[in-house]
Amino acid sequence: MKVKEIALDGLIRQNPTFKLVLGTCPTLALTTVAINGIGMGLAVTFVLICSNVLVSLLRNAIPDKVRIPAFVLIIASFVTVVSMLLEKFMPDLFQTMGVYLPLIVVNCIILARAESFASHNKAGYAALDGLFMGFGFTLALTLMGVVREILGKGAFFGLTLWNFKIEFFSSAPGAFLTYALFIALFSAVYSSIERRNKHKRTLKPLADESLSQDATIKEVAKEAR
Amino acid sequence: MHYLTIIIAAVFVNNFVLVQFLGICPFLGVSKKTESAFGMGVAVIFVMTVASLVAYCLYMYVLVPLNIGYLKTIVFIFVIAGLVQILEMVLKKFAVGLYRSMGVYLPLITTNCAILGVAELNLTSSMVTGVLSATLNGLFSGIGFTLAIVLLSGIREKVDKLHIAKPLKGFPITMICACFMAMAFYIFGTISL
Repeated sequence: MKVKEIALDGLIRQNPTFKLVLGTCPTLALTTVAINGIGMGLAVTFVLICSNVLVSLLRNAIPDKVRIPAFVLIIASFVTVVSMLLEKFMPDLFQTMGVYLPLIVVNCIILARAESFASHNKAGYAALDGLFMGFGFTLALTLMGVVREILGKGAFFGLTLWNFKIEFFSSAPGAFLTYALFIALFSAVYSSIERRNKHKRTLKPLADESLSQDATIKEVAKEAR
Repeated sequence: MHYLTIIIAAVFVNNFVLVQFLGICPFLGVSKKTESAFGMGVAVIFVMTVASLVAYCLYMYVLVPLNIGYLKTIVFIFVIAGLVQILEMVLKKFAVGLYRSMGVYLPLITTNCAILGVAELNLTSSMVTGVLSATLNGLFSGIGFTLAIVLLSGIREKVDKLHIAKPLKGFPITMICACFMAMAFYIFGTISL
């Protein structure tokens, strides 16, 4: 049950990109093509899982007063590990990510999860939370990347689809516009689903009440007889 | 001439917020009122200048000679956190008025990616050749940030009074405003320096 809750939170209910609007800098900068979005998302996911697990394991050892510097130190170490690995094994991706790779350290999502989830939960749950939060982030970045790549470059994951392109979507202003529209769409769909769920919830107790009313009527009728 | 190039590039051509997407969180979060936007901007200018000076010196004269350049990210983030902490204490002691107007924004600056960004970019940028140009780049990148955030806050004060479709309220409409600002700044990109 808890696993399902964590998954839903990470992917939809508290989606870091569209719902919480955290980690905006890489979202805007690295979604010109879909593959960069995936790369950034996976790098963040890796750091998020590792830091969440370590923070959770050390949660009783870290004094409350110095917890933020301690979290930052943990995160910065994992980011350094990731950037070394990428530099060695994926030099192309390392080049395109450029300055945004070390900047994962100050990505608010990671510190926020360490502070609000990992420091009160067991390591297994913390790892799951990191996984799903990271997936939510990756999914959002990939979606934005796909849309911007199709519109701005006429391509899908590097495969050219057609010669029609709107350069605007590859540029900086296009990034802001795409992100704005994605958040608006997400919140519109989300609130309409929530409204429907609420509607169902309000219907149910009413039905129960009418059942019980039925029962009382029958009882009253019995007594009368 | 070289320094003039750095100044124009930092404020307009490579504007941190609108062209390079650094420091978007405070740009969206603290731009509701012009006053607070300006306070944030001044604090960022201050920390950015000092941070780029200290980080550059530390990297060039300590980390590189010791052959531990790969620790730069960890060192930088602690330098920035320490600087913010020291700045807060100094202001509290010697400039109470300034502390009152700037104090709230100081802790937020540690997680502002523009600061860590300028420290990192100073190491790779082709325009930065020494300590002086690194510091200048920090100072004017901060001024560019302040320019963008103050402009956006002015627009937002007007836009927030309008009737806007519900899903667009809040972040989306702010980002659409930022989109138009980014279009204006996009033109500076055509200037070849």
